[in-house]
Amino acid sequence: MSLLRRRKVPENEITQVPDPNSDGNEKEKEKEKGKNIIDKKKEIRKSQKQQTNWNCVDSCCWFIGCICVVWWVLLFLYNMMPYSFPQYVAEVITGPMPDPPGVKLQKEGLKAKHPVVFVPGIVTGGLELWEGHQCADGLFRKRLWGGTFGEVYKRPLCWVEHMSLDNETGLDPPGIRVRPVTGLVAADYFAPGYFVWAVLIANLARIGYEEKTMYMASYDWRLSFQNTEVRDQSLSRIKSNIELMVATNGGNKAIIIPHSMGVLYFLHFMKWVEAPAPMGGGGGPDWCAKHIKTVVNIGGPFLGVPKAISGLFSAEARDIAVARAIAPGVLDKDLFHIQTLQHIMKMTRTWDSTMSMIPKGGDTIWGGLDWAPEESYVPSKRRQRNNGTNEDENTESKVKRINYGRMISFGKDVAEAHSSEIERIDFRDAVKGSNVANHTCRDVWTEYHDMGFGGIKAVAEYKAYTAGDILDLLQFVAPKMMKRGSAHFSYGIADNLEDPKYQHYKYWSNPLETKLPNAPEMEIFSMYGVGIPTERAYVYRLTPAADCYIPFQIDTSAGENDEDRCLKDGVFTIEGDETVPVLSAGFMSAKGWRGKTRFNPSGIPTYIREYEHAPPSSLLEGRGTQSGAHVDIMGNFALIEDIMRIAAGAKGEELGGDLVYSDIFKWSEKIKLPL
Amino acid sequence: MAHILRFRKLCFLEPVKYSSCDKAKAVEKKSVETPKVENEDQGAVSALLEENTKRKKQKKQPKEWRCIDSCCWIVGYMCTTWWLLLFLFHCLPGNLPGLKVPEPPGARLKREGLTALHPVVLVPGIVTGGLELWEGKPCYEDLFRRRLWGGSFTEIFKRPMCWLEHLSLDNETGLDPPGIRVRAVPGLVAADYFAPGYFVWAILIENLARIGYEGKNMYMAAYDWRLSFQNTEIRDQTLSRLKSKIELMYVTNGNKKVVVVPHSMGVIYFLHFLKWVESPPPMGGGGGPGWCAKHIKAIMNIGPAFLGVPKAVSNILSAESKDVAFIRAMAPGLLDSDFLGLQTLEHVMRVSRTWDSIVSLIPKGGETIWGNLDWSPEEGHVCDSAKKMYQQHLHNNRKNEYNSKGGTSFRVQELTKYGRMISFGKAASDLPSSQLPVFGSEEFVRGNSSPNSNSSCGDVWTEYNEMTQESIKKIAENKAYTVRTLLDLLRFIAPKMMKRAEAHFSHGISDDLDDPKYSHYKYWSNPLETKLPDAPDMEIYCLYGVGIPTERSYVYKLSASGRCKTIPLQIDSSADGSDNGCLKGGVYFADGDESVPVLSAGFMCAKGWKGKTRFNPSGIATYIREYMHKPPTSLLEGRGLESGAHVDIMGNVALIEDVLRVAAGASGAELLGDRIYSDIRKMSEKINIRL
Repeated sequence: MSLLRRRKVPENEITQVPDPNSDGNEKEKEKEKGKNIIDKKKEIRKSQKQQTNWNCVDSCCWFIGCICVVWWVLLFLYNMMPYSFPQYVAEVITGPMPDPPGVKLQKEGLKAKHPVVFVPGIVTGGLELWEGHQCADGLFRKRLWGGTFGEVYKRPLCWVEHMSLDNETGLDPPGIRVRPVTGLVAADYFAPGYFVWAVLIANLARIGYEEKTMYMASYDWRLSFQNTEVRDQSLSRIKSNIELMVATNGGNKAIIIPHSMGVLYFLHFMKWVEAPAPMGGGGGPDWCAKHIKTVVNIGGPFLGVPKAISGLFSAEARDIAVARAIAPGVLDKDLFHIQTLQHIMKMTRTWDSTMSMIPKGGDTIWGGLDWAPEESYVPSKRRQRNNGTNEDENTESKVKRINYGRMISFGKDVAEAHSSEIERIDFRDAVKGSNVANHTCRDVWTEYHDMGFGGIKAVAEYKAYTAGDILDLLQFVAPKMMKRGSAHFSYGIADNLEDPKYQHYKYWSNPLETKLPNAPEMEIFSMYGVGIPTERAYVYRLTPAADCYIPFQIDTSAGENDEDRCLKDGVFTIEGDETVPVLSAGFMSAKGWRGKTRFNPSGIPTYIREYEHAPPSSLLEGRGTQSGAHVDIMGNFALIEDIMRIAAGAKGEELGGDLVYSDIFKWSEKIKLPL
Repeated sequence: MAHILRFRKLCFLEPVKYSSCDKAKAVEKKSVETPKVENEDQGAVSALLEENTKRKKQKKQPKEWRCIDSCCWIVGYMCTTWWLLLFLFHCLPGNLPGLKVPEPPGARLKREGLTALHPVVLVPGIVTGGLELWEGKPCYEDLFRRRLWGGSFTEIFKRPMCWLEHLSLDNETGLDPPGIRVRAVPGLVAADYFAPGYFVWAILIENLARIGYEGKNMYMAAYDWRLSFQNTEIRDQTLSRLKSKIELMYVTNGNKKVVVVPHSMGVIYFLHFLKWVESPPPMGGGGGPGWCAKHIKAIMNIGPAFLGVPKAVSNILSAESKDVAFIRAMAPGLLDSDFLGLQTLEHVMRVSRTWDSIVSLIPKGGETIWGNLDWSPEEGHVCDSAKKMYQQHLHNNRKNEYNSKGGTSFRVQELTKYGRMISFGKAASDLPSSQLPVFGSEEFVRGNSSPNSNSSCGDVWTEYNEMTQESIKKIAENKAYTVRTLLDLLRFIAPKMMKRAEAHFSHGISDDLDDPKYSHYKYWSNPLETKLPDAPDMEIYCLYGVGIPTERSYVYKLSASGRCKTIPLQIDSSADGSDNGCLKGGVYFADGDESVPVLSAGFMCAKGWKGKTRFNPSGIATYIREYMHKPPTSLLEGRGLESGAHVDIMGNVALIEDVLRVAAGASGAELLGDRIYSDIRKMSEKINIRL
């Protein structure tokens, strides 16, 4: 039987091949066989058709299998790869890398001395769920914010619901408890691979720091500062932890390292801790002097950031505006009933903390219609290190002045016109029309819908807004939010700091309305990146009316083609670290607190350390070791080295005092603020 | 899609074509060589056979291809089905009617109106807390702030030697070895899950959260469980942190006292804390004599190892417990042999002997508590009928049950001699004491030379290497050891470890608690050598599982001396007892929660601290809550909702409910006081201790 089969099969196969050498007989046979074969072939084809159906699925499977196997092999190889391999490759390509500052300073013999407290900024801290609605089942103690953000994609509406706060109180909505993650993990990485504090922590660990000498003062960054104490007792925890660390480290005072909004939060803390008990922490008037050695502010928005305005006003920053320009309609359309921007806006407007970043100090600091401290700024001019002494009058006169003071202008022409040419119609008394939005807008609610066409028009007709006007504008546009916010934050400049009203906590986070604590031995550093264009003022336009929409958006068509290119995509940019303009980050240290002023009665020494931005030279460097960007600066080797030296006991003078690249001193001069 | 198909075609068809070409050539050759044979069958057959052999060689190539192909195909197929199933699983609605998850106790109690009242402090036990790396040798450079202990343990497999090196402590100081800093993971993540999916505290935390607990009123007092208790303060200031955290929570929660929930070794750690916090500064925390009364409402000890656990002894002696011994019996040679040069047990022993905390778990109280050669408090225990008796417990009244127990123990002729913690040979564990050789600890003579160690055996060094064969033999000749003599034995066998650790722990019973020597910290974690703080309003609970056979004493033998066997003793897993069924695999079992015998867990609450005793001068109320072990009924229940096992009890619904009620303000009396299934009262009565 097996023989027969063997015979037949090969014969068929053989005859399939045309044989040129065969003779006639064989040809006839061939023909007969050929007929048979053709019949058979037909049959085979039929069966093959079935097979091809199979084959499609099969080949899919096969293909997936291939990919899987290759993937596994790669994964295996990757896991087997020695740790130093990527670094080795990088060194081969770009030459030897500098030692990380931790290693370098360890060799120098630096040792952990002062306990270190990190105060993370807005957005970077993780939030986890402690109690939620039905839709968030199974997410108990999982991160809603930070980490992979997987839930955003899985259940976006549920996520938005849980991340929002109560619109009236600014606290938890009923039935939802979202709390900050505690410990160093709260903000070491924002997302996998996207470090925030991790690099600094790793370097500090090299010289002997560990959990007992490092503390991450995580707090719920959505809440207003005082509410973190009311709800979570976060300020009390920070106080208790600092006291503990100072006590267990042989009385060495703590180094505080706040970043971004954490700077304001810690300013609030310093007032809170010394204030008497019901409103404050009851630490007594010398608590800061006893417990704090240095405050190292990284990228601190002391006077607010213009980005906060565009965020509150139209839920967009430059990135979103650009996305809108490139793919118009994606963000605006009602596509899939998502209404992304509206949802974001609705959510972010319940976060009180965003209001802490509204520019403070009004026209005095940020400039009026025709004037701004930075008006002579020329981005193309390469700066050398200067200490505010060398001025270049020639270049200044040539350059067309940009009216940075107009933080929001409607239309590019308004932004450039002289103030006398602008007709402004006051919007403050404008009547808010009947509801624009009928209930087709589903559950997305933004306060714009209460404003009506009249209100919107009135806003646009005021044409140009300065920092002072913007408060009124926001008051007009989002009354509920501002009502909540103004109970917790203030944006003015104090005339008389002795006024008892300044004992209220709403002034504590505004450096222009509080005195620094009485701690002459303390030091304050302002460390920030420079050399990146940073949003400073916006050109807006009205959006074409639609059913559910945000009526204002950044006018991305407004751009400039000259070499300076301060205006791009509807945004005027200025020197800064991509988020915080130099003015906001540096003014207090450069002028407001320099020497003994009324804001700094005990004469706490202040230092400015600027870090010039240099983009990473190759992809292997990741986010760069010389970056000056707002978050990436946390991986800047120079900054880390400075911090480590301070932590090991160095004073400001030993670091070399001020290190300035920008015109901050010149600009500060122009600001007329009684000190 | 199209190009995928094309790609497949390329891979799949090409070799076939190639082979057919070859075949054509082969046919040519064949027709040239043997043109006439074609019609003849035989010739054809032979030719075909020849051809077949040729073709087989040629076909090998396409076949290989197909093999890979089909492998890929299978992998792909499995992957796709897996993804499909995973997808379906994720799409599955959480509450399928069939798979109804029982309502967690937290949700039920919330409906009853319980809300968070007292802040809660969780104190994890040995082994369950995570450890992470802060500074390491070059081989672990990339693991900064990664978990070495807890989590997925993948590093063990990748770099086992490096891992062992990093987890060891210094043999002299019991602190970090130079250049290595391994620290406890802080926060709730430290011990919520030990490994992925293996909960420890997670379920309790989740239920607490349901009645309103969160980060601000719940604190995990994580500490480095390898260190001796006082060293956690010296190195990490862990006790100071705990004190500061309790004070903070007390203040920020409206001056509500805290409820402390320690587990396993955490219980004696917290006992240590209670004394530490009230002692004056250089040695203690300086909280003053009223600190505990002011800050602590209740201590809910889960699976407390107050008087130590016998498991610790076998661990120190031979780095094995029941499970290891069992493996050894099942697959002899696997653990013992020098397989791949691993010497697993030796490594485990070397590392674990640097951990001082294990010494804190050696049985305390000597023969008074644990029994001597002839006597032990548990001697009436009957293992086989244990379950039956418990059911009687439930139904009959106390007297009846006592009678029936008397009956069973009479029927069985001999009582299990639990007092002999270690016996060499099964016979020695049964013999009456008069037939045993007289024991004197002075007989131990340490050989000066170290003939036992030879350098060819790898670099695993254990203290056994320093002992001579004779002294080891001598150990075995003594036949039976009680707790008291056992300590001498350990001091002989592991001199460095015991010397180090006995500066931190003590295992006796004090005669006079007012003796000033008892203000030294080494006595603080021994409940029989300390007074409880002066806090009459405080409550102490002993919550533990019962109904699981628990290691109580061991039958040892000398291990066959091989070339590289550095551990000369091992559990005699061939010793299986007929009597009472308490002896199994060389281990005598008593009632308990699989790790801690009832005696150790319950004695202090049942007798030592009950009422006003010298150990409890202010008369702190104590309550015993036992939880009868019930194995999970189905796989869906995971590790069981009514488990009584040492760690699994943390998922026990009844226990969680008790903890929640106390945290929400209930007192012990409102929980209906004691609930006892075991013989703990009877055992305690037999223990003759002055109170």
